[in-house]
Amino acid sequence: MTYEEFIFYIVAAVAVIGALGVVLARNVVHSALFLILALLAVAGVFILLSAEFLAIVQVLIYGGAVTILILFAMMLTRVRDMPQALDGPQRPFAALAAGAFLGVSILAVVATDWPGETEKITVIPFRELGEALFRTWAIPFEIASLVLLVALVGAIILARGEEGE
Amino acid sequence: MIPINHFLVLSTILFSLGMYGVLARRSAVLIIMSIELMLQAVSINFIAFAVYLSPGEFRGLIFAIFVITIAAAEVGLALAIILRIFRNKATANVDEVDIMRW
Repeated sequence: MTYEEFIFYIVAAVAVIGALGVVLARNVVHSALFLILALLAVAGVFILLSAEFLAIVQVLIYGGAVTILILFAMMLTRVRDMPQALDGPQRPFAALAAGAFLGVSILAVVATDWPGETEKITVIPFRELGEALFRTWAIPFEIASLVLLVALVGAIILARGEEGE
Repeated sequence: MIPINHFLVLSTILFSLGMYGVLARRSAVLIIMSIELMLQAVSINFIAFAVYLSPGEFRGLIFAIFVITIAAAEVGLALAIILRIFRNKATANVDEVDIMRW
């Protein structure tokens, strides 16, 4: 086992523990903290995939902004005071569906013969990524910024409510 | 080096856990968190395919950037809608929000 694989196993174990905590924790705030753990571990996976830029973006956007938003929403909707909101009677069916999906997907991953190099990572430099993003993908990039703007305005209007409320 | 299968299996596990969360949880905020997990799994898949299988084009990386962007927009909007529902119905439990159920 190479040291890279060793690091990968540690990071993957942290990610899976975090994800398990998110879906199984009985306390919703613990759930959110486990989500932070899982997201940071996924940032580690991105680094192992030599996608450092995405790892940084991940830590900034997910580790920072998204988790704060979720914690605020928890505070404002008082999920903590409603223990019955944690899990429904559909739990066994959910476990069955997720387990079946897991089994089929892992079988598919193992059975597929991927074309090309499956053992070696090709490092993609920042410069090329930036050039592709702002030249080849410039229009999708602008549309994404428009979507963000519209979502921002929509979120403000939705959360503020009507006048005189 | 790490074989690509490792990353794919990890992303499958994360996706299944997120799927379990979406199906089993009843609070809308917890469902959003599970959806975030699933999106993370998708990003891992995109990046793994990009750096292993088609290194010359790296479309996967661009797609992962868009996934993160859209996810940020989605979380903002979804939480605004949840706050709105909470204000109207005093609950964020998805089982009780059944106005549109036939």
